[in-house]
Order: sequence, then structure tokens, then C-alpha cells
Amino acid sequence: MSTDAPVVTGLGVVAATGLDAETYWKNVLDGRGGIGRIARFDPAQYPSRLAGEIRDFDPAAHLPDRLLAQTDHVTRFSLTAAAQALADAAVDPAALGDYDVGVVTASSAGGFEFGQKELEKLWSKGGDHVSAYQSFAWFYAVNTGQISIRHGMRGPSGVLVTDQAGGLDAIGQARRHLRAGTALAVTGGVDGSLCPWGWIGQLATGQISASDDPARAYLPFDRDANGFVPGEGGAILVVEQREAARRRAAPQVYGEISGYAATFDPAPDRNRPPGLRRAIELALADAHCPASDIDVVFADAAGVPELDLAEAKALNGVFGAGRVPVTAPKTMTGRLAAGAGGLDVATALLSLRDQVIPPTVNVGTLADGCRDLDLVLDAARPAPLRRALVLARGIGGFNAAVVVTAP
Amino acid sequence: MHRRVVITGLGVVAPGGIGAKAFWELLTSGRTATRTISFFDPSPFRSQVAAECDFDPAAYGLTPAQTLRMDRAAQFAVVAAAEAVADAGLELAELDPYRMGTVVGSAVGATMSLEREYVIASEKGQRWLVDNARTSPHLYDYYVPGSFAAEVAWSIGAEGPAAVVSTGCTSGLDAVAYAAELIREGSADVVVGGASDAPISPITVACFDAIKATTPRNDDPAHASRPFDNSRNGFVLGEGSAMFVLEDLERARRRGAPVYAEIVGFASRCNAFHMTGLRPDGREMAEAIRSALDTARMDPTAIGYVNAHGSGTKQNDRHETAAVKLALREHAYATPMSSIKSMVGHSLGAIGAIEVAACALAITNGVVPPTANLHEPDPECDLDYVPLEARDRRLDAVLSVGSGFGGFQSAMLLARPEGDAR
Repeated sequence: MSTDAPVVTGLGVVAATGLDAETYWKNVLDGRGGIGRIARFDPAQYPSRLAGEIRDFDPAAHLPDRLLAQTDHVTRFSLTAAAQALADAAVDPAALGDYDVGVVTASSAGGFEFGQKELEKLWSKGGDHVSAYQSFAWFYAVNTGQISIRHGMRGPSGVLVTDQAGGLDAIGQARRHLRAGTALAVTGGVDGSLCPWGWIGQLATGQISASDDPARAYLPFDRDANGFVPGEGGAILVVEQREAARRRAAPQVYGEISGYAATFDPAPDRNRPPGLRRAIELALADAHCPASDIDVVFADAAGVPELDLAEAKALNGVFGAGRVPVTAPKTMTGRLAAGAGGLDVATALLSLRDQVIPPTVNVGTLADGCRDLDLVLDAARPAPLRRALVLARGIGGFNAAVVVTAP
Repeated sequence: MHRRVVITGLGVVAPGGIGAKAFWELLTSGRTATRTISFFDPSPFRSQVAAECDFDPAAYGLTPAQTLRMDRAAQFAVVAAAEAVADAGLELAELDPYRMGTVVGSAVGATMSLEREYVIASEKGQRWLVDNARTSPHLYDYYVPGSFAAEVAWSIGAEGPAAVVSTGCTSGLDAVAYAAELIREGSADVVVGGASDAPISPITVACFDAIKATTPRNDDPAHASRPFDNSRNGFVLGEGSAMFVLEDLERARRRGAPVYAEIVGFASRCNAFHMTGLRPDGREMAEAIRSALDTARMDPTAIGYVNAHGSGTKQNDRHETAAVKLALREHAYATPMSSIKSMVGHSLGAIGAIEVAACALAITNGVVPPTANLHEPDPECDLDYVPLEARDRRLDAVLSVGSGFGGFQSAMLLARPEGDAR
């Protein structure tokens, strides 16, 4: 048993704004976005056409042929981010005990383009044409399984599916494993389904921006908020027991996972308040941290007016109007579903390291009810930072909050 | 503070009968619920058998709006959850929504609805640029099966932590363990947790055909699932759900709730070997069993029954036999071990929870369910698999194990409640 908060010692990032953590971070600080018209398929016939698509990623540069044949884009991104995180933390899983390393990731829809191709073969050519890899290449557990196999990780592992809240829930679950005795866990999430079949699934939410202007499409808290832009990618984190990190002389500690909580919204027909505020309060209590100790909030930033308003209300309720800087660097990557929580935690840890809050881009005039937010707009803001709060909400009613603290 | 977690209610939707009572009658009769697939024409496929549920959502209280909105697996979960809540005697209106959690395991989510919608949107696979104008307004709920937890949470008014756990065929065991942990750590007082899958759809059948994981014994569907038998040649796809009311022991005692079983130990490991293959020595599953015993501070000799994964593939049944021998040593030979998949098929992520229900009922009734269709054991599977007939036996502790694509290996220990059992 370990009661210490676990620490993060490695980061791996794959996103539209960078194919490794430091490139991503530099672009985020510069406010350089990665949203553009979808190139992977022709989106002309659909009502929404923009995404945070990952380009210039050469899977063959990162993965052997054997793995390329059996993986969707999302698994290739995941494996790449996991390898980066392990290298960053200088972890050699083989040097740890047989069952000392676990993998807990979040997923929203699995390897969806792989699945679309196999469905197409089945229905246009027949069952004999379906790939031998279909049974696992698309399903929600694929990234955890492939990371575990590639790096020989045999410890307690898992997969959470709670839409956009999943990345934080995965980190929360990894922390449970560490507390129960596992030395180290690879966690977070990398997600995305930029294929026509995945795209129409996302369009069904009614929350995807129809704008064709990358600078006007995803405007959380703005009076012109008109939905969000989906993206692909995310982050994988190496988390470990503080003592284990010290013992193996980990090259750095980015910070600790000090608090976590999850709640669920009431059913739509019940006249009860949403659960985000409660998730924040529970995570703060879990971290033994008064609201006044939080130096920056990484918002969920739905980009949907009523959801933005609910988040602003929760933040103002907990912190007091304008009392804490709030930011949404996901305005540069798009919303990454299960990839979002891990990437926001990674971004928050880099903020703590460099004592600077990355900006929210493209947002101009704040909406009524959101004006009291101290939203960090346009340019990065240097600030003394010790603790950050990261929020995520999943469609359906999932809420999750994580508190991270500088080492 | 680590609280003790007990099962005070259960609900089951399984092939052969809906509801815990019908489920237990099937298991103890040794009858099987496997048959030729009726949901679609299976003739183009290598494996044409499945264990299907005869499920009429309206008969179990679902409204037309719910039925239209929810995937079949979500419907199963909501119906099983309602049975569990009633069985536990919970008055939902008296509970604090903030202290109620919801956990649903599922390996493949809303596969049936997704495939149905895909066929419409693609005009049977003719269009890569699928048409968004013709699909269900609920498509996103099928695309992300977090919706299963949302539906269950709405149906019981829960606003505490909610999650879908998806670790392939160990999803069911892992979801029950996740639910138990929410109580143990104090994040919730009552959790409605379990698992559901409804994968009997052409794409699922085709993907298992492609790796010959399912049986081609199409001429004898009722005897197609043959775990541990020398003639076994693959699993039989199934569907269903089991959901539980889990609560902390003190709370159950205070309200005088009868207890089925206490969840005393759990562990999971990965084999880090292959997405679908198993190492024959079973060492990771054995390690999960040993670790679960450690958590429970239990000696292997306390185990009175092993509920096997027992899928009926050549490799699984040998792998698992080796694992149980490694973990329980000589005691493995003295312990009955059966696979209910011989009767209700393999419902992927759901089956782990359905097997927990079987374990809870086995403890409560003092009966070990049999392995049906086991006439001539594989010489390499040399344990006591309880062939054909149920067996009376007082059970103080029971082990349930699962193994999943992705390399997941899980083990859970359930114990007879102290004092009078239910």
C-alpha cells in the first residue's frame, strides 16, 4: 500500500499541434493551432468539415510492419505516445518486476476506421474478406493491449469508456493501482475517429461546429460559440509511486496527481443541478486543497453555449468570479474525446514546470454569464503556478476533475 | 478506511430465460441455450450457432422510447439493474443520488446498433462516404458505449461516479471489481454494477470466423459449446447481462439486507504476449489468482469451487487448467471447476458478470453448476470439471476467473457471508 500521491515522470504527446511533447508545448505557447479542413476523406457532403487532424505522421517511422498491418490510426498514435513517455521517463519495463507495470487507457470508439473498412468488406464482398485482426483492432481495449504487449507490461491494467471524461478517469484508475502496490503505470489516452463512419457518429451529437473558418469554429465561452471541432490524438503519461521514482532516479518529476473525482449528471428530465461543480469540490477535497490554492484551471470548454455557461457557473461557484485564471488550449487541437484528459493533464504539468499558462485561442468577446471568467486569451501568461485543476465532461453526463501539483 | 463490499441484489438477462430465477434453473438443470442463429441468416458464415436471449423489452418495463433509443445491450443492462435493485429491496427514493455509483462492463458496446446503422448509411457497404442523413439520432450513443452507464444511472437516479469498463472478455469481472473499489475507497455507498453485451451480429460472427475462435459445430447447436471436452473446437457466441447491487457490509447490516456474498479479493494481470493468443503455462492468470488470494488473506484450500472462463477453445481450456494448477497446487485437483459457457455461451464482456451471478447463487444455494456437454475430457485438462450434472456442496469461498483478448487475466474471490446466508 502506498498513500503518497503518485508522480508523473514521463510524457508522450501526439496531436495536430505536435508529434512530441516539446513541439506540442512550443506550439501551444505560441498559440499556433492545428485545426483545418479534413484531408483524410472528402468532407464536402457533410455539414461540418473542420477537425484537428494529425498530419505528417509517418507510422512506418515509429512502428514495425507487423504492427502496421493490425492497427488503426488511433493505436499507432497511442503506441507512439507510449514509447515517447517511457523514453522521457527513462523507464525500462524489463528492469522492473514482472507485474510492476500496468496500463490504463481511455477510449471512446476504438479503432474506428479499421472497423469501417472491415464492415465495408463484410457487406460488399462477404464475411470471408474480413481481416483476422478485426476481432481486436477496433475494440475499446486495443490500445491498452497493444501497449502492454509491446513493452512487456503485465501488471493490473484497464480501459475506461466515459467519452471525454475518460482520460481523467483512466488517470484516476491508474492511481488506484499504484496505491494498491503497482510500482508504475502507463496511462492517459489517445483517441480520434477521423473516417466517414466515425465522423457521422460525431455529427449525431449536434454539437459539431459547421463553420469552415478554423479561427471561428471552436469558440468556448465566446458569445459566438457554435459547437466544437473534434480532433485526434492525446497524451500518454508515466505515473509511478513517488518512492519508486526516487529509487530508480527518474530523470524528472513533472508533478503529482494530488486529487481526482468523478460524478454523473442527473437524468435529463430531473430538475437537479449538473455534477461538474461537485466533481471539482470532491477532487479538491481529495487533494486536501482549498479552492484558493488552485492557480489555474484547464477547462472542459465544450464550445456549446449552455454547456459553457454551466462550466462558468461551476467555476465561479467554487472559486469566486474571476478569481482563478482559466484556459482551454484544446482550442488549438480540437476536442479529443478520450484523448483530452491526458493531454490537458500533460499540458498542465508543462505549465507548472515553465510557470506559464498557455492561451485559449480565437475566443473574442465572452458570452453573457461567462464574462466573469479570467480566461487567458490570445497570448501565454507567465504566472507563479503550483497547482492546476483539469476538468473534463463526457457526453451523457460524465464529469471528472484532476488536481496536479508541482513537484 | 477500507470497507467490506457485499452483493445484496442481482439481476440477470441470459440465454435460456430472463431473470435470476430462470437463469439458475437453467444452470442447475444442465440444459443448454445454444441454438442456430435466428437474428439473421447465418448460412454464409463458418460458425452459425449462438446463445440468444428471447427478450421482449416491453415485457420488462421498457418504454417504446427507451427501446428505440437504446442498443440491445443497454436494454439488457437496464432490465438487469432493475431486477437487482428490486431484489436488494432498495428504495431508490430514499437513497442519496450523490452516493450512488454506476459501472457497466462491455467488450464490444453497441455492436448490433452500429452495424444496423452502418448498413443503412453505407447502402450495404457500397459507400465509403457514408450518408449522415439516414442514421439514428442516437448514433453517438452507439458509437461511445459510455451511454450504457448513462442509461443505467438515469434509470436508478444515480449521480455518483459512473463508468463503462471495457477490457475485452474480462470486462465483466473487471467492472464488478471497479464497482467494489468505488465502495471500498468511499467514493460511493451503493453501486449498481455489472456488465452487458449483445454482440450477435454479422460483423462479430465474421471476425471470430476469421480466426476460427468460434465453433463450426453447426449440425448440433444444442451441444456446440463443449468446454474441456476433447472434441471442443471453439466457443459459442452469447449475449446477456448481469447487474448487482453492491454496498458496504455495515450498510447492508444496518438495513437488514440479505447478503449473497462478499467480494473478498480481486486482481488482474496482462500476459503481454499476444492480442488473442495465450501462453500455455497460464502464469499470468495464476499470478492474478495468487494476488486475489493475497488481498483476501485466504489460503487456496479455502476455495470450494472455481468458476472457469472455460470458453471451449483448444488453447483457453488448457491455459486455464495450467493456471489453476499453478495457483492452487494440489488443491486444484480437489476443487470442482465448471464452465457455464457450456450452457449460456460466451457473451464476451458480459459473461464475467453473469459468472459472478452464478457464483453468488452457487454460494447461496449450496450447489455447483455443471459443465454441460462434457463427455470425454481432453487428457491435458485433468481437473474435476463437474460434467453434466449439478452437485450439492456447501461453498464458503468461490473463485471466478476470466481471460480476454488484449491479454487480460482476472480473478475474483467471493465468500459466503458471515452468519446466516441469504
